[in-house]
Amino acid sequence: MAMRSVPSMRRRLVALLLPWPLLAAAHGDAPLQRDDVAWLCRDGFGLDSALVAGYRQLGRNRLLDAQLTDRVPGRLPPAVAALIAGYPALRTPPDQLLAQWNQAQERIKAMPEGDAKVAARNDLQKQGNQLAQQAQQAELLQAVYGPNQLKEQMVWFWLNHFSVYAPKGRLRWEVADYEEHAIRPHALGRFRDLVMATLKSPAMLEYLDNAQNAKGHVNENYARELMELHTLGVDAGYTQQDVQQLALILTGAGIAPVDGRVERFNPKMAPLVVRDGLFEFNPNRHDFGDKVLLGQAIKGSGFDEVRQAVDLIVRQPACARFISRKLAGYFVADQPPPALVERMARTFQRSDGDIAKVLRTMFTSKELLAAGAPKFKDPTQFVVSAMRLAYDGRPVANALPLVNWLNLLGEPPYGRITPDGWPLDGASWSSSGQMETRFEVARAIGYGSAQLFTPEGAAQPSPGFPLLTTRLYYDAVEPYLSAATRAGLAQARSQQEWNALLLSSPDFGYR
Amino acid sequence: MNRRQFLRNAALAAAALPTLSFSSRLFAAPAGSPRLLFVFLRGGYDCNNLLVPYASGFYYEARPTLAIARPDPNDANSAIALDAHWGLNPALRDSIHPLWQKKQVAFVPFAGTDDLSRSHFETQDNIERGQPGQAGDYRSGFLARLSTVLTGVPAIAFTNNLPLSFQGSPRDVPNISLKGDPKARFDERQSAILAGMYRGTPLADAASDGLALRRSVSMDLQNLEEEMVRASRGAPSASSFATETRRIAALMRDRYRLGFVDVGGWDTHVNQGGAVGQLSSNLRNLGDGLAAYADALGEAWNDTVVVVVSEFGRTFRENGDRGTDHGHGTVHWVLGGRINGGRVAGEQVAVAQPSLLQDRDYPVLNNYRDVYAGLFGRLWGLGRDQLQTVFPQARPRDLQLA
Repeated sequence: MAMRSVPSMRRRLVALLLPWPLLAAAHGDAPLQRDDVAWLCRDGFGLDSALVAGYRQLGRNRLLDAQLTDRVPGRLPPAVAALIAGYPALRTPPDQLLAQWNQAQERIKAMPEGDAKVAARNDLQKQGNQLAQQAQQAELLQAVYGPNQLKEQMVWFWLNHFSVYAPKGRLRWEVADYEEHAIRPHALGRFRDLVMATLKSPAMLEYLDNAQNAKGHVNENYARELMELHTLGVDAGYTQQDVQQLALILTGAGIAPVDGRVERFNPKMAPLVVRDGLFEFNPNRHDFGDKVLLGQAIKGSGFDEVRQAVDLIVRQPACARFISRKLAGYFVADQPPPALVERMARTFQRSDGDIAKVLRTMFTSKELLAAGAPKFKDPTQFVVSAMRLAYDGRPVANALPLVNWLNLLGEPPYGRITPDGWPLDGASWSSSGQMETRFEVARAIGYGSAQLFTPEGAAQPSPGFPLLTTRLYYDAVEPYLSAATRAGLAQARSQQEWNALLLSSPDFGYR
Repeated sequence: MNRRQFLRNAALAAAALPTLSFSSRLFAAPAGSPRLLFVFLRGGYDCNNLLVPYASGFYYEARPTLAIARPDPNDANSAIALDAHWGLNPALRDSIHPLWQKKQVAFVPFAGTDDLSRSHFETQDNIERGQPGQAGDYRSGFLARLSTVLTGVPAIAFTNNLPLSFQGSPRDVPNISLKGDPKARFDERQSAILAGMYRGTPLADAASDGLALRRSVSMDLQNLEEEMVRASRGAPSASSFATETRRIAALMRDRYRLGFVDVGGWDTHVNQGGAVGQLSSNLRNLGDGLAAYADALGEAWNDTVVVVVSEFGRTFRENGDRGTDHGHGTVHWVLGGRINGGRVAGEQVAVAQPSLLQDRDYPVLNNYRDVYAGLFGRLWGLGRDQLQTVFPQARPRDLQLA
């Protein structure tokens, strides 16, 4: 991407500071109703002009249709698409990334002791950190600018549900692929396909150690979390025996060699090998004994056992309830209404786990907006919605500040150590320390972050600041501000301070 | 009671008792009650080059390039003899050794968890949760549970995010990092506007307490900062742990009684160094910081206990990269003005090849849950039920440290 010169940057800022043309009057659009705004704030990460325009044009039901079938008009701003496409973590095929990692490891191993070896090791670590950071930036850029905001929320939701931790082992080389190829394609599809895609992804195979799970060296880690955290929930009635049986079923599901080595299988085993990208089911490592899972016999046969097991698990009523409750906990309320969860679970079961259908049940429910207390935004929702309101589609040249803010706020993508994902309830994100940090981030955004518009490595231009008093603000935000927030904003002594106060306000902090 | 129920009850309790709000507790730490700082060394520090088993020939065989020489009065780089078996890394000569001589330091070797994953994150997590095995609640830390069984023991984490150790408490545990410039970003007028916008909302206390903490810390530390700037003829060293612990001491002296801080950089797989080098520099920085903490607390050091832990020890033998890999048992430290120190405490075994776990690393003979349950019991006079809340299923072991 070409570097933007300082003068053109100034022109942009000047343009931004000009009064918004009175388009509202020309269209004759009335301000959005409170109910519309509330719905949009759940449907998207936060308001921007494009989302509001889509809503005005299509109406609630057709916008939802377009989102659920992933046919929302518009695409990423070209500058943002180019930024993402330029990241080596996204640009390099996953098998090449791991092959490069492997070559670097081999090279380091062969080096004599000394400073050169230490430097080579450090370089490899640095490369890993950069790749992980690129994956984080790509994920956040799509969350801010993606035209299908419901899908973007679901991508984050599933990344968190099937959480992986980048600093472990070589996951930094794998997380971009995880988002792009395991999660994103299935975010609105069938839950079963999503489970299978994560099951076969290098990131999950290594994060929860199934890559090491082999006959005679059984590792139960993934088997346990697959049922406890990914599908059924901890109190679903399965037993330790089921975990052990599922672990045996999963023996041999791992990652194909990335060093060019050719694996040999005897004629009996060769037809049982399954390859799919970097995924490999290696029958030499599989326990072919017969199993019993959740009361059902599963005959020892190879990878087909895994398919049968996943089918069996995702069709349990407990799975429908567990996933529905978690979805409603994210979108509706910390304690979602049981009747809504029940209806969503019925849709889940009737549709054989069609995620879009379950979302439709939720987004057309009266409970979505009537559930009482609004949801306090988690740090990701806060940063993404602040960027959307403040910059309203204007492309940034560098997304590192977003990653840094989420590090400060304690919710970076791929940064949850434990496999349970970040908590989704408000209480987990509203301690006094977190509130103060959130105000500091609001201040950083409101006062303008020069780094956002400085391509990585370029000299820092003079900082500008966003102007939040746009038509979008008067249309959808201003009419519904609380008296206390209005009183606070009225005391601002500069546009920057006003911005920081608006983004810090409870009106903006909840959705 | 599940966690949700617990939180709901806690929320009700908080609503009924507005005095739980942190701002009203700012000046509330009672004089004379014990003060505990928990220092977590993240990365698994190499305990075998801190507490040197100099009487073991196997140590010198296993570490041809990393071993620290046997005590020798003529060699400043040799271990400092603590007793007939153990020596101290000479990088701690001016910081920790004087405290040892005053019996204000004890070491507990063969300490750690029963988690054998040898994974940083699993083991750190295991320690911070403080629950038996894999069972329990992912989001409940032992310091959070400790702070619920204590009263009048204001807690704080000196970290950017609330560490798992302090998560899951029904009371708000504040967190604030003192690594960098502690200056507040919002002045009094701006803080008042922000607090005003939250008045009457469920987050009113959290918003005003968070702003108040930052501003009061900033003011509390103003004199100290100016003093440190004068002393260092410029900015206080950002990487120095002592800069941070002097700030921590300023807050722990009067306001807080239970604190947490972490220090990174211990994962020395490559070129770890011996008496000089990477690990010894880190230990020197740590030791200087702990000595500065004792110094800065003055009289209050006599009511203070510091515990230093790490997730695991490292391989007893050095690896092919002049470093060490992830191991199991480690050495925990206990410091304080009136502790029963100047000794190496807990169950021990002769340091020799046959006593290694899986021929690789130190075994754990002193489970930290049992040892801390014993320590906390003595410090605060906690009963059996209270200790079981903090460390479920632990068997408290009183090493008579405090």
